[in-house]
Amino acid sequence: MKAAAYFYCFLGVLKRELQRFVQQRTRFVSALVRPLLWLAVFAAGFRNTLDGLALPPHDTAISYEVYIVPGLVGIIVLFNSMQSSLSMVYDREMGSMRILLASPLPRGWLLISRLFSSALVSLLQVYAFLLIARLFAVTPPAWGYVAALPAIVCSAILLGALGLLLASIIDQLENFAGVMNFVVFPLFFLSSALYPLSQMREASEWVYWLCAANPFTYAVEFVRHSLWLGFSPSAFWVTTTVAVILTTAAVIGFDPSRKMLAGRPGAH
Amino acid sequence: MQADGLEKIGKDEAKQASFEHSVCFLNVKYVSVDGPVWGNVYSVSDAINIEGLSHYFGNQQVLKDVSFSVAQGRQRALLGPNGAGKTTLFSILTCLLRVAEGQATVFGNDVARASGKALARIGVVFQKPTLDLDLSVSQNLAYHGAIQGMNPRRVRDRAEQELKRLQLWERRDDPVRNLNGGHRRRVEIARALLHEPDLLLLDEATAGLDLASRVSLQAYIRSLVQEQGLAVLWTTHLVEELQADEDVVLLKDGAVQAQGRLTDLVRAAGVGDAKDLLLGLSTPAGNL
Repeated sequence: MKAAAYFYCFLGVLKRELQRFVQQRTRFVSALVRPLLWLAVFAAGFRNTLDGLALPPHDTAISYEVYIVPGLVGIIVLFNSMQSSLSMVYDREMGSMRILLASPLPRGWLLISRLFSSALVSLLQVYAFLLIARLFAVTPPAWGYVAALPAIVCSAILLGALGLLLASIIDQLENFAGVMNFVVFPLFFLSSALYPLSQMREASEWVYWLCAANPFTYAVEFVRHSLWLGFSPSAFWVTTTVAVILTTAAVIGFDPSRKMLAGRPGAH
Repeated sequence: MQADGLEKIGKDEAKQASFEHSVCFLNVKYVSVDGPVWGNVYSVSDAINIEGLSHYFGNQQVLKDVSFSVAQGRQRALLGPNGAGKTTLFSILTCLLRVAEGQATVFGNDVARASGKALARIGVVFQKPTLDLDLSVSQNLAYHGAIQGMNPRRVRDRAEQELKRLQLWERRDDPVRNLNGGHRRRVEIARALLHEPDLLLLDEATAGLDLASRVSLQAYIRSLVQEQGLAVLWTTHLVEELQADEDVVLLKDGAVQAQGRLTDLVRAAGVGDAKDLLLGLSTPAGNL
């Protein structure tokens, strides 16, 4: 296969995801409603939580809205990645995954293309959210929007690969919905998305360590620092390294034969 | 590299050439100028060659030492009751399942070791519909062309050709969800042929269609075999779709029971017709 074939495939998978995204407008709206509720309602209630703290990368005291926005960017990416994995389980159950996997291109490339297509949809949702967040006085510098792009993509790949890995392990759609509750919410709540780790440590040492061990924390911090034109080496390295490890594991672990026909004697 | 006495020909010409005179050497197609070529160096190119293929789901053996071939430019039907192993066989040929024992090749490419080369020559219509209902006919074809690694311009040209041939051009912008079952199947056929495969796999492609749609699809597939030299392996449960001289492989409980011309098999089994033959296969003791 020529390099151009890989490129056409990559573009084709991205285009298909965009076309599906355009078709499914309610998905776009619901993806925005969730973080906007957090921003408009939850953040209003917890406005005094930070009590004038200046948290990195900021030099001066910030509002809770400013603090929470990168965490909400994280939750948009997290939910979209999981939804994309869910659609992969659906595709597998419905059989349309077979067409993708019957491509002559390497399976790893197809899955990586699929991860990037999911990241692209996440990007659209995130930037729409960031624009609306300006109405809540969350106004990062203009270049911050550009600087945050690689951080958002890296986070989307990390979370998409996690979803892909889960989709590889899980047999049926119903089971996947159950696991979402044991993965999505712990990832979100046990992170720095809603509260700074320093405050978490004051409340509970072991919760702090759980949060510090959660890769989602680093993805959120990577976005937070980039958005405000800062750089956190630990956030960068942990996010990119875990993204590479999870992507590799997801590609290696993806065995369609294990789930497509196993346990279906009638399908022989 | 070109062998003496052989003329290198284009893909279309090769498809037109009679099968008996075509040989395959290092994946380059040649046709003998004077007639058949004999010798150890060249082997006749089978579209599919399956030898001693076995497969297991856990402890259950679902394919048992299956061997048969499909010649280029020929059509073979794979018949058998539910659970005979037809879908498993298709999944192995399309590299969705790994080969456990034995060997399966597509135009000489081992599906276990050269899956990319094998898949590039296969067009497939699966038993379950696999179209994206939210996308239009053209968008579905464009996606398929992309994952085949095709240039978008070529995809557009090929999509136009296939959709016009299948009388779907006017419906190209319609969401697949708005098409009836017959039209959806035709879109799947168009999609399977988009990248100009040399082998078409049809896993009960006519299931759920009305009589007119079935007859129309069957006629179209047969014309592709005759006019374009396409190799076809297809499965069906519908006896009325089989012609008297149909070349068939009978599969039961994962093993090949018999293969050859349908009329010959009916005669050898001492039954009245094809329907009795298949009914015999469906009963527990009904071996041929």
